[in-house]
Amino acid sequence: MSTSSSAPDTSAPALEMKAVRKVYRMGDADIIALDHASLTVQHDEIVALVGPSGSGKTTLCSIAGGILGATEGRVVVAGDDITDYDAKQLTKFRQERVGFVFQSVNLVPFLTARENLLVVDELGRRTGAAARARADQLLEELGLADRRNNLPSQLSGGQRQRVAIGRALMNEPRLVLFDEPTSALDTQLGEQVMELIRNEMKSRGTAAIVVTHDERITHFCDRSVHIVDGHLDAA
Amino acid sequence: MKLALRELVRRPGRFATATVILTLIAVLLMFLGGLLDGLIRESTGAIRAQSGDLIVYSDTAQASFLRSRIEPDTRATVDAVDGVERTGGIGVVQLGARVPGNGPRDLASVALFGYEIAPDGVPDVPADGQAWADDILKADGVEVGDELLLGPARSPVTVAGFVSDTPYNSQGSLWASPATWRTVLTANRPDAQLADDVFQSLIVEVAPGADVGDVATAIDAATGDTETFTIDDAINAIPGVEEQQGTFNQIIGVTVVIGLVVIALFFALLTVERTGLYGVLKALGARSGTIFAGVVAQAVAVTLVAAVVAGGLALLLDAVIPPGSIPLLVTPTRIVTSTVLLLVAAIVGCAFSLRRVLRVDPASAIGSGS
Repeated sequence: MSTSSSAPDTSAPALEMKAVRKVYRMGDADIIALDHASLTVQHDEIVALVGPSGSGKTTLCSIAGGILGATEGRVVVAGDDITDYDAKQLTKFRQERVGFVFQSVNLVPFLTARENLLVVDELGRRTGAAARARADQLLEELGLADRRNNLPSQLSGGQRQRVAIGRALMNEPRLVLFDEPTSALDTQLGEQVMELIRNEMKSRGTAAIVVTHDERITHFCDRSVHIVDGHLDAA
Repeated sequence: MKLALRELVRRPGRFATATVILTLIAVLLMFLGGLLDGLIRESTGAIRAQSGDLIVYSDTAQASFLRSRIEPDTRATVDAVDGVERTGGIGVVQLGARVPGNGPRDLASVALFGYEIAPDGVPDVPADGQAWADDILKADGVEVGDELLLGPARSPVTVAGFVSDTPYNSQGSLWASPATWRTVLTANRPDAQLADDVFQSLIVEVAPGADVGDVATAIDAATGDTETFTIDDAINAIPGVEEQQGTFNQIIGVTVVIGLVVIALFFALLTVERTGLYGVLKALGARSGTIFAGVVAQAVAVTLVAAVVAGGLALLLDAVIPPGSIPLLVTPTRIVTSTVLLLVAAIVGCAFSLRRVLRVDPASAIGSGS
C-alpha cells in the first residue's frame, strides 16, 4: 500500500527536505539547480521562498510538490516520504496531498469558477456530492458565492486568484505551494491577495510556501528563506 | 473526458473548422460509396433479384450469359442432382429499343430476359409479346402499355407493368416469356439464336436443408461441362464488377486517409496549443491517459457530428437526384460503414498526438508566467 493513501499525520511538519540535490544534465555538463538544500516547514507555517530568477526556487517548489524527483536527499511531505515515489505514485500524491497556485493563475478558461474547483475532484478522488459541497463552501468562504457560475474571463484578477486558491484547497492539502502569486497584480491588489492567503492558510492550519522575488510581501509570511544558486539561506 | 466534452459544448467555434472539413470528407465518402452501390446495382440488379440459390453456366462461359449454353440433357442432369429442388431456364439479349414518342435515334438500352422462375419483385411470366419493365426505363419515357420495338428487327414487346431494382449492365431490364425472348433473339441476333428448350443459363433452387456449396459442386461433377455459382459469386463474376469495386474502394481508401490526416493535424495543433493547460492539469494530478482519452473523445464527437450531417446530406442527394440520371444508391449500411471508417481514422489520427501529450511536463506549470 502506498504511503500517500494513508491518513495524513497532522502533527508532523508539512515539509521536511534534507540535503536535497537536483542535478540536470545539459549535454556534457551537469547543472546543479539545488545543492544540499534542507528545509522544514511546520504544519501551520507560511514560508516565503525568496530568490532571483534561476536561483532554484522553482525547482525546490517542484520537488516539494511531487512534480520533480530529487537527485539526492530526502523529501517528506506531511509524514509521507515521497523520495522514492515513481511517476504514478507522484501523480496520486499530487491529486491528494498538495495544492498549487500557479504564477499566471491558469484556470481552465471554459469552466466556471465552481467547475474549476471541481476539476481537482474529477482528476482524483471523484467523491461527487461531497466535492460539490466542499466547492460551494470554499467559494462561500472566499467571497465568490455569487460568482460561482462565471467563467474566468468574467472575473477580475483578484477573483481569479481566489478561485485558484479555492482550487488549491479542494483536496484539503497539508501544504499549498504558491508560485509568484502577486507577480501579475498591482501593489494594492498584491497585498490584498497576500492577506487573503495568510488568512485562509492560518484559519485552516495549512502550511504554505510562497515563492516570490518581491521582498515587499514577505511580511505576510511567518519567515523568509532565501535561495541563491541552489543554496538555501534561512533568514 | 468530461472536461473535454465540456470544452466541445462551451467552445464549439474552436472545432467548427475541423467539423466542416470532416463533414465534406464524410459527404464525399458516402457519395462515392453510394455511386459504387448504385453502379453495382445497375450492373447486377437482375442477378441480385434472382430468388434461386445457384446459377449454372456452361464451363467455358466465364459467368457470361451471352457465352453460355445449357442444353436440355444438361438441364435434365442438373434436375437429377441430389439437393436440387427446381430449375428454371434464363436467357438475355441486349438491344436498343425504340420508345413511342421518342425520336428514331433516341434508343433506350434494354436487356430482355426470358425467364421461368420469377425473380424477387418480378411477377410470374407474362403472356407472349409482353414484358415487365424495370422502372429505370421510366427515365427514357417508357410507360405501361407502350409497345417497344427492339433491335434492328424492331421486334415488338408491350410493357405490362414496372418492376424495381432489376437493371443489368446499367440497362433497363425487360422480363418476358422464354418464347418472346427466343423470338427477339432469333430476329435480332441470328448468330446467337438457340434451339427450343436451350437456355443460356439455369437458375437452381436448392432443397431446404441441403448445403448450397455441396449442391453446386455436385452439379458441376454430374454434368462435367458447367460452372455453377452462388448468386453472390455470380454477381462478382460479372465482367467489370470487381474492377469497379476495386477502383472505387481505392478512392474511398484515399479519402479515409485524407480524413485521418485532417484529424491528426487538427488535434496535433490543438495539443500544441494546449500544452500549458495540460501542464497545469498534470500538476494537479491528471494522468496522461486521462488527457489523451479527452482528445480521443473530442475527435470521436467531432467525427460523429460530421457523419450525422453528412449522412443527412447524402440521403437528401439520393432523394433529389432523379432516377436514371446518376447511379446513386445511399443505404443505411453505406452511411454506417463510412461513419465507422471515419471513426477509426479519427482514433488513429489522434494517436499522433499521444506522444506530445505524454511529453507534456507538469513542471512546465510552475515557474511559467505564460
